[in-house]
Amino acid sequence: MAQLVASRRPGRGIPSAPELAALSVAGLLLFFAAWYGVAASGWVPSRFLPGPQVIAEMIDRLAQQPYAGYTIQVHTLASLKRFALGFGLAAALGVPLGLLMGWYRWLDDLVTPLFEAVRFVAPIAWVPFAALWFGTGIGGPILIIFSGAFPPCVINAYRGARQVDKVLVEAAQTLGAGGLRAIGEVLVPAALPSIVAGLRVSAGLGWQSLIGAELIVVSSGVGYLMVQGQTSLQTPIVMSAMVAIGVIGFVIDVALRALERAVRRSWGDQG
Amino acid sequence: MFRNVKRAFRRSDQEVLALDDVSFEVGEKEFVAIVGPSGCGKTTLLRMAAGLDFPSAGSVLVGAHEVAGPGPDRAVVFQQFALFPWKTVEENIGFGLRCRGTPSDARAAIVARYVELMGLQGYERAYPQQLSGGMQQRVAIARSYALDPDVLLMDEPFGALDAQTRVVMQEELIKLCRVNPRTALFITHSVEEAVYLADRVVVMTRSPGRIREILDIASVRRREAWEKLEHVEEVMDLESFVHLRTRIWRMLREQQEGAAVPGVPAQPA
Ligand SMILES: Nc1ncnc2c1ncn2[C@@H]1O[C@H](COP(=O)(O)OP(=O)(O)OP(=O)(O)O)[C@@H](O)[C@H]1O
Ligand SMILES: [Mg+2]
Repeated sequence: MAQLVASRRPGRGIPSAPELAALSVAGLLLFFAAWYGVAASGWVPSRFLPGPQVIAEMIDRLAQQPYAGYTIQVHTLASLKRFALGFGLAAALGVPLGLLMGWYRWLDDLVTPLFEAVRFVAPIAWVPFAALWFGTGIGGPILIIFSGAFPPCVINAYRGARQVDKVLVEAAQTLGAGGLRAIGEVLVPAALPSIVAGLRVSAGLGWQSLIGAELIVVSSGVGYLMVQGQTSLQTPIVMSAMVAIGVIGFVIDVALRALERAVRRSWGDQG
Repeated sequence: MFRNVKRAFRRSDQEVLALDDVSFEVGEKEFVAIVGPSGCGKTTLLRMAAGLDFPSAGSVLVGAHEVAGPGPDRAVVFQQFALFPWKTVEENIGFGLRCRGTPSDARAAIVARYVELMGLQGYERAYPQQLSGGMQQRVAIARSYALDPDVLLMDEPFGALDAQTRVVMQEELIKLCRVNPRTALFITHSVEEAVYLADRVVVMTRSPGRIREILDIASVRRREAWEKLEHVEEVMDLESFVHLRTRIWRMLREQQEGAAVPGVPAQPA
């Protein structure tokens, strides 16, 4: 319905999309230039801070030759698989739980005290249990990712459900919608922006927790690669792993941001 | 329909009586309008008929049964439209039919009919936020009409319309009710609108909301043959119309006693 919507021209002082992209690129370039400059100047021993070109070479080498058992691609895939399972489980359980807590008062009262206590236990604090319950199996890291990713899923779905305009629910009821339809066609779409915002936070926390988990309980993944590099005092390997973590985290966030935009569009928000 | 209805609300640890001893009946296929100052409990009454609110004392009956909850036999046009922002105009209008299980081709035909009736052609796939307030209101009205309900409950359905569209909608509503009479409870701030549309007008007083008087319009309309006139403004020029309008205005004014008058009487409709 493009003809209904006034096109939004970038006003004076508000940067346009290409200008913003250029700014991001400039920021990155500046960062790499500074990094390169500091490393090349010799102020910091290259053992502590290798230059970007060293890291690039190292990543290339890690992609060809296995280190700590696997190539960097295999490590990354192992991490992504754990992340997908832990995050998927957190979303699949957390979002419905949050929605239903927002919908049914009794469930809210039943779950909230326990949830509020448990969610303050940091993901890393689950490491002993993860090791105890699952040994070195895949359950351990999933539990840790889950513990990081679950609370934001619940909280945002719950907030979304609580903020649904009551009159919309009433309208659906007067039009003959039963409980299931009211949940599926009013509660869920009304809460969707909040749910997706929660998923974004959740994915970030989940990915961070994953690295924590891999530092300890497994023998593959980028986190593991990092510890192995550290114990053998290979700073370039540690930094290569950090780059991989950062890049993948960024990609995950971009994907979820695209999802957020798609949701807003399906709400008829063209802005 | 309403029998000795009372409704109290709690407001900061205090019981506030919003409605006190309201009794009136809307006959089968009768069109009843409620007018009264803002905050006198009109919306509360309508919500009780819809099954979205319940009396503190007394009872609300539809047919022989006490109202237990909302249902598609009593369609509501909400004061705040209450359109689903994630659904297009078409999907909003068709929502009730889908709940009912109407097959999709029959549904599309009904939706198309109301889109045309409400002058929404070309906006079928637009989202509510892309429409003006008046257009949103027309979608809300279409959504309720599309269900062809036994009882229509309308809370200032024309409130957000401009004067011309409002007149068109009033004439459409009159036509619609003549072709297919149905029981209707209609809240409005416009005395003219109430007198023009309704068979009876309930005039309410404020805090707590009580019934001041119930005026019979239908007998005057029949006697003076208002139906013969096609347009709102012609009816509004009739002496019988002006007489009724003035009577209602006097009732509303005498209970104001210094308080601001809700709305301005001058503009027809
Ligand atoms: N849920 C509620 N909780 C507390 N008080 C309420 C509630 N709903 C309505 N009231 C009170 O009841 C009274 C009547 O409200 P209502 O909305 O029915 O008025 P109204 O006649 O529809 O007014 P308007 O013409 O402005 O729409 C008001 O004093 C209002 O403050
Ligand atoms: Mg009201």
